[in-house]
Amino acid sequence: MDTLIQHFADTIRAATEKRRPLRIRGGGSKDFYGNAAAGEDFDVTGHRGIIDYEPTELVITARAGTPLAEIEAAMRGHGQMLGFEPPHFGGSATLGGCIAAGLSGPRRAAAGAARDFVLGLRMLDGRGTDLRFGGQVMKNVAGYDVSRLMTGSLGTLGVILEVSLKALPLPQAELTLSCELPRSEAVELMNAWAGQPLPVTATCHVEKRLYVRLSGAESAVRAAAKKIGGEEVPNAAEFWSGVRDHRDLFFSGDGPVWRLSLASTAPELGLAGHQMVEWGGALRWLKTDADAGSVRKVAREAGGHATLFRRGGQTAGAFHPLPEPLMRLHRRVKQAMDPAGVFNPGRLYPDF
Amino acid sequence: MPVDLERQRAVCAALRAFMPARNVLFEREDVTPYECDGLSAYRQPPMVVALPENESQVCEILETCHAMRVPVVARGAGTGLSGGALPLGNGVLLSLAKLKNILAIDAPARTARVQPGVRNLAISEAAAPHGLYYAPDPSSQIACSIGGNVAENSGGVHCLKYGLTVHNILKLRVATIEGEIVELGGGGLDAAGYDLMALLTGSEGLLGVVTEITVKLLPRPECAQVVLAAFDDVGAAGEAVANVIAAGIIPAGMEMMDQPATLAVEPFVNAGYPTDAAGILLCESDGTREEVADEIARIEKIMQDSGAHLVRVSRDEAERLKFWAGRKAAFPAVGRLSPDYYCMDGTIPRRRLAEVLRGIAAMEKNYGLRCANVFHAGDGNLHPLILYDANDPGQLQRAELFGAEILKLCIDVGGTITGEHGVGVEKIDSMCVQFGAAELEALHALKRAFDEHELLNPGKAVPTLHRCAEFGRMHVHSGAEKFPELPRF
Repeated sequence: MDTLIQHFADTIRAATEKRRPLRIRGGGSKDFYGNAAAGEDFDVTGHRGIIDYEPTELVITARAGTPLAEIEAAMRGHGQMLGFEPPHFGGSATLGGCIAAGLSGPRRAAAGAARDFVLGLRMLDGRGTDLRFGGQVMKNVAGYDVSRLMTGSLGTLGVILEVSLKALPLPQAELTLSCELPRSEAVELMNAWAGQPLPVTATCHVEKRLYVRLSGAESAVRAAAKKIGGEEVPNAAEFWSGVRDHRDLFFSGDGPVWRLSLASTAPELGLAGHQMVEWGGALRWLKTDADAGSVRKVAREAGGHATLFRRGGQTAGAFHPLPEPLMRLHRRVKQAMDPAGVFNPGRLYPDF
Repeated sequence: MPVDLERQRAVCAALRAFMPARNVLFEREDVTPYECDGLSAYRQPPMVVALPENESQVCEILETCHAMRVPVVARGAGTGLSGGALPLGNGVLLSLAKLKNILAIDAPARTARVQPGVRNLAISEAAAPHGLYYAPDPSSQIACSIGGNVAENSGGVHCLKYGLTVHNILKLRVATIEGEIVELGGGGLDAAGYDLMALLTGSEGLLGVVTEITVKLLPRPECAQVVLAAFDDVGAAGEAVANVIAAGIIPAGMEMMDQPATLAVEPFVNAGYPTDAAGILLCESDGTREEVADEIARIEKIMQDSGAHLVRVSRDEAERLKFWAGRKAAFPAVGRLSPDYYCMDGTIPRRRLAEVLRGIAAMEKNYGLRCANVFHAGDGNLHPLILYDANDPGQLQRAELFGAEILKLCIDVGGTITGEHGVGVEKIDSMCVQFGAAELEALHALKRAFDEHELLNPGKAVPTLHRCAEFGRMHVHSGAEKFPELPRF
């Protein structure tokens, strides 16, 4: 074990002994996300660098503190990308933070989520034990899938040290089309497209306009564009990265922003405020002053959940409350991985 | 182990309190059909078989077994290849076979809500009128159940492009050992809290019993075509696979068969495979017409440039299916060559393929047994089929040692002991080679978070440290003892 990991492990053991919580932190680009965690800052950005990247194996392995931008640049150099189009929310974003937050960008509905691309990881648990799960191969069912459990657990189960991810080739051609359309019709159209063999890799409805991105072989993109119609959007890459990183005008201001993850066919929400729709209808961003209870009721009734993504003065918990039997399992899983409860207490749920 | 008759009577009586007597089996002739799954080398009749007809009975069975501290082994269609559904002589075998309804197909949302006993292929058949299908297609798809697919995280020939079971499910209803229902995942593409759905998928029935699954359906691709390429050297075939990936192509399927496999298959199905080749590749493209035309032309050229001595493109759907028929019949065809065969399931980094195949060839000589290799080349999942005759004393044991050595080689080159068949009872000792004591302890801690008294499928998937210590005396890894901290005996 190298000296930095040894140092991390010692810090965790000392914290465990004294029951003094640690607030794990990468680049700090997602400090706003989730509930405030108690504890002393535990900086992991020093553990950085790409360990292994074999483009023909479609696998990249890097240390958790590696800047996401560095990983994406290396992959671009070989005509590859991270298929889940991870949000950065700032230049300091790291791989570890990306996986701990488990957020995915516009390509999610077409290509899969962060956890779908995680093949394996190395981590330190709440006892400071160095553990490896999964691996660097596409298919692996030996042992429980701890790597995917870690994805999106917001650092509450352990400190991620290294991650192996599946890579995807960059599309040969990409084209974004747009047209003016009311939201409900746009959502219907998004679902209709998803039911046909079309190379749609992102959809968005905002400010009365529908945007759709097509990716693949040049000929396929052209043929699909003819079928779908609409105007070609110039600077489309800029538009999608604005949606991904919330630089789009829709996200301006400092009021609350809700993230509703629902069945893609969920009807209109019936809540006042502004909306942006993504993921073929399965993701709805909502700027509203409605109280948390009403937003969460609507989300639950539509088969999903609501995250208070940007607090904007709201005092509710960031994440949708869980039914008790499920919350009990969460507490037990937390107990199994971090028995002294030192990692990011309160960041996910106040119970742990 | 003789059946504890008093215990058996007590368990049957407790189950009959809420289930019809016809669904609680205990007579020897009634429980014997459940004594093994697809790995028939391991057999053990269960003490009791319970056949619930609905979710609430599943919950009551689990609650009862939990209260009485009776171990429970869940079983789907029983097609598993690692003995994951091998019963316990002192336990209840919980068959989900009667939960076989497709509850709803939501065509606009492209989802199907099904019970665990529904056959994998039945989902695609039910979705077909809507132009949709369920993507994961394990070879056993006509028989295997979706509940079993979730337990094993099953793949199939198309999983490089379309993913495994974990990538194609949206929501699970799971009964805990206490008999409570929890819902994991949801109607959207993610859920609040930990991703327990991913953790449950592939957990081999050790964490909970799945009672309902909502799967994602995909639009049927407009068309598909396959390229058949033959190579004089399996190393060159492996190189061709890397070249396809390097060109930015993710084929819908990419399969390799070595010469022993094609020699077995060709007389059986006349798929048109050149049997003089050291190895053949099948590389499929699917999507829109334009996409497929473009991709097939590029694949064809890459195969030629990579040294294929023969490249053929399927001219029509009939020929495409004929090319695939050989691959799909590989296991039964090999089965005709030998009274028995033993199918292995390691995954390796693709670039190590030639080396691994050379290693296997050397082992064939050492163990005096033949081996044919079928390979999901796109994702590195190797299925060596070891031929043996169970009636010849010692051959099964030799086949098992041969298999274990192949798995060790897979680990040594940076791979894993199981890509899609699961650990079950079969590969439990190889888990000691792949994982260290700390990881195994962490896995046990997770198990206890779901099942404190270790009643769900105990003894499978994750070996005890005690077992590894015993096993470790036989297999010393890289000259170092794997579990030095454990007492020896």
